Amino acid sequence: MLLLLILFPLAVALLALLLPWYQARSWLLPVSGGLHLCLAGICVAGSDYASSPWIGLDALSRLVLIVTSLLYAGCAVYAVGYLNLRRDRGNETIVPCLLVFLSAMTLAIAARHLGLLWMAVETTTLASAPLIYYNRNRLSIEATWKYLLLCSVGIALALLGILFIAYAALVGGDMPISLQLDTLLANASQLSRPWLHAGFVFLLVGFGTKMGLAPLHSWKPDAYGEAPGMVGALLAGGLTSVAFLAILRAVQLMTAAGDGAMARQALLGMGLLSLLLAAIFMVRQPDIKRLLAYSSVEHMGILAIGVGIGGLATFGAMLHLVNNALTKGCLFLSAGNIQRAYDSKRLSKVHGALATLPISGGVFLAGFLAITGSPPFGLFMSEFTILRGIFGNGQFWIGLLMILLLAMVFIGMGATVLTATQGEPVKLESAYKDSFLLVISPLLFLLMVLLLGVYLPEPLQRALREAAALLEVQP
Amino acid sequence: MMELINPLLLAVILINFYTLGSARLVACIRVVAIQGALLALLPLLSHGMTFHAMLLAAEAFCFKGVVIPWLLLRAIRRVRIRREMEPIVGFVPTLILGVLTTVGAFLFADLLPLAPEHHDGMFVPTALATMFSGFLLLITRRKAITQILGYLMLENGIFIFAVLLSAAMPVMVEAGILLDLLVGVFVMGIVVNQISREFSTINTERLTALKE
Amino acid sequence: MIIRLILHLALLLLFAPMLNGIIIKTKALFGGRIGAPLLQSYYDLARLWRKGFVFSRTTTWVFLAGPVVGLTVPLLASLLIPFGALPAPISFEGDLILFVYLFALSRFFTVASALDTGSSFEGMGAAREVTFSCLAEPTLLFVLLVLARLSDGLSLDTLLGSHLLTAWHSDAGASLGLILVCLFLVLLVENSRIPFDDPNTHLELTMIHEVMVLDHSGPALGMILYGAALKMMVMGALLVRLAFPWQTGWWLSDALMFLAGLAGLAVLIGVVESIMARLRLPRVPQVLVGTMLLSIFALVLVLR
Repeated sequence: MLLLLILFPLAVALLALLLPWYQARSWLLPVSGGLHLCLAGICVAGSDYASSPWIGLDALSRLVLIVTSLLYAGCAVYAVGYLNLRRDRGNETIVPCLLVFLSAMTLAIAARHLGLLWMAVETTTLASAPLIYYNRNRLSIEATWKYLLLCSVGIALALLGILFIAYAALVGGDMPISLQLDTLLANASQLSRPWLHAGFVFLLVGFGTKMGLAPLHSWKPDAYGEAPGMVGALLAGGLTSVAFLAILRAVQLMTAAGDGAMARQALLGMGLLSLLLAAIFMVRQPDIKRLLAYSSVEHMGILAIGVGIGGLATFGAMLHLVNNALTKGCLFLSAGNIQRAYDSKRLSKVHGALATLPISGGVFLAGFLAITGSPPFGLFMSEFTILRGIFGNGQFWIGLLMILLLAMVFIGMGATVLTATQGEPVKLESAYKDSFLLVISPLLFLLMVLLLGVYLPEPLQRALREAAALLEVQP
Repeated sequence: MMELINPLLLAVILINFYTLGSARLVACIRVVAIQGALLALLPLLSHGMTFHAMLLAAEAFCFKGVVIPWLLLRAIRRVRIRREMEPIVGFVPTLILGVLTTVGAFLFADLLPLAPEHHDGMFVPTALATMFSGFLLLITRRKAITQILGYLMLENGIFIFAVLLSAAMPVMVEAGILLDLLVGVFVMGIVVNQISREFSTINTERLTALKE
Repeated sequence: MIIRLILHLALLLLFAPMLNGIIIKTKALFGGRIGAPLLQSYYDLARLWRKGFVFSRTTTWVFLAGPVVGLTVPLLASLLIPFGALPAPISFEGDLILFVYLFALSRFFTVASALDTGSSFEGMGAAREVTFSCLAEPTLLFVLLVLARLSDGLSLDTLLGSHLLTAWHSDAGASLGLILVCLFLVLLVENSRIPFDDPNTHLELTMIHEVMVLDHSGPALGMILYGAALKMMVMGALLVRLAFPWQTGWWLSDALMFLAGLAGLAVLIGVVESIMARLRLPRVPQVLVGTMLLSIFALVLVLR
């Protein structure tokens, strides 16, 4: 079943390469997205799929899988409308690439072997490069080059980290040398400590580059800014969650070896730095998509802080992962609509979006309120849980710093978003109109985030608790 | 067989130095190709003529020694560039830095808690030194091609370390490593072509429109 | 003792000009020509020696001191170094420093005599010579340090002793290979060979060593040429001993093997000169710095 989930997007990608009709090719995306969502639902609901040593699902990957699949399905519906607008650019490359990207992400989520995980994450980099290059102008070349180079170097370092962990097993003796996650976790106490620590640091740096934790985030504003809205949504909501999952695997390993405290401190430090840098760069940011990119850096920071604190905050971080992915989807898609309508994403041209495009502008504004953690949206709940975890842990100053930075983010982001949305309606030069396919996904995402804010369903709560528990396993 | 390993690793280090000190792109690509081909011998020398080692060697030779350099040479023939002009840090300073980091790698490797059978030998220091050299190239050069070469050297360094472990790693992962490397460079090559078409140069310093 | 000294000097004085002849012959063969006879260098020296001295009125005794010191220094230095398996006639702890700085002394006098003429070209050549040799000198010292580390002694005789044969097969073999390359490059620089300097160039602006001796003629020029030949042989002896550390035990076969090694070295230089172009002047320091770094690296390898 899981194998089918990974392989069928590849088959559809092949089909997309062969199909000669533009519309049909576009429609392949929502069809496969929906199918993927259904299959993922069955897999996640199923009892236990960790039978194979290579792929399998545990509580963490179930959570990430369902979120990613949901986000992908929404973006796929949006993609039909978007690709209709961009007939000049064609969809011969982007549709297969999107499908390969889906397959690679699923593989990365399901991988139970560090080598396989690494391969899958590397494949997501390669499959997403053409997506970022979709607009084929100077700026998108620059963004793609930075993305490829930085992420490739990051991924090379992650490989080195994996090798170090294998070497830790070799030096540690008394255990089978394998990169299979369960074997490693079972024998974690025998791993040679210095090599394990070095391996963790390299994994954190490598996958941290992919996830966009400061100070390795510099590709993020460029790539998200230049990529089409739905690609931005997939990168910011899906790929970052996958990279975070990869880091969590390393944290799991460190915790199993009894060195969880060190891993948590490293995560906490990088998280706080991300939050700080993102807050600084969000103030007076004149570009709405770059603003969203920095917001992504900020939320990656919050995730890292949550796991770094542990306990209740880990539960909060898991919830935050779900909320962040959905809200980012909503924001990037509506921002994409605004950019299409105004033919610009800079504040010099974009204003009065609420009056000009009531639905997209409204969703964008509401999404801003959601992402900055205003009640009653889900992010309020998750950020509140993380803060409760921090204060409950007695780390008063860290909590205070985080609240301060969140306030700064709210003000900085608010200035830009309000300038873009408020004001007199403008006469648009483009022929863009909000259509059903273009607004339904962001609306649904927003609705879900709203629901998560007022009511947390029992199965989801259980899944979150199980996922958090996986990270808390002490030897 | 084992006594050939040290001269081979020494040659790898010398190639690092040459690449750091040379301005001629064609020559740099060629020596990095030679480096890849030399590294392909490494699994054979250290693990003997097993099927696993031969497979790894064949893959490394094809990709690191032949295919990727060929792609890069084709790319620079198309954009007609010969030299790395005005690197961010000059050639002699990078060379000095490269030697210093190499020396540092040798001293540092003695402090590492290595497995007893790896304590002598030059595997670990050479791997570290090659990675450092790759990083130096990545940081100090402006041409996209040279940055790709730096990335290749980084991968070569990791490969040297991986050979120590190749008994522990199933073939599938190794195949993936090389394949990913190939595809990565291929994609980068396409991007380089696009850069040259748009900017009529492959200097990455022109890529500075996106900043705060 | 006396016999050894005489043998040593006889080998040096008789064979040195032959090296140049071999180099010229190799280059000619590479160029598809027959070339000058092997003994041409001897004829040239004899011809120059038969001429009279010509001195400019503006020069002083320094002008003559250059060639004289340039001839005597290699003679003295040769006494410190073993010729193949034949041990050095004079040997004491620390003579490797003397060996290096004897050549520095000769360079000082050559430069002084070039400056003594007051010609601007010669001043330029002197500046270049000093620059390049001060970049080559550390390499030579590091090379000798590597050898000293391997032999636990500080005299050239111990440094180049029979232990080299075992050292080549041990872990230090890599280092020895590196310093062999460094030493060869230093030899090319010190003896003004292509690719660093072209002894046959015709334009003063591009010359390095040759421009310094433009004003010397007759026996003075002969002394300079003979001194240069001796210098090449003495430095070549270091290289040859390092590359071929075998010994037979019988003095004649040892001497013949040494001479064969030198001839091989000369052929190698000839080949290098035939297949390489001269480096641009700004590249020369880069290459020399690279050589120095290589020798440092070799030292670190043996210190490890």
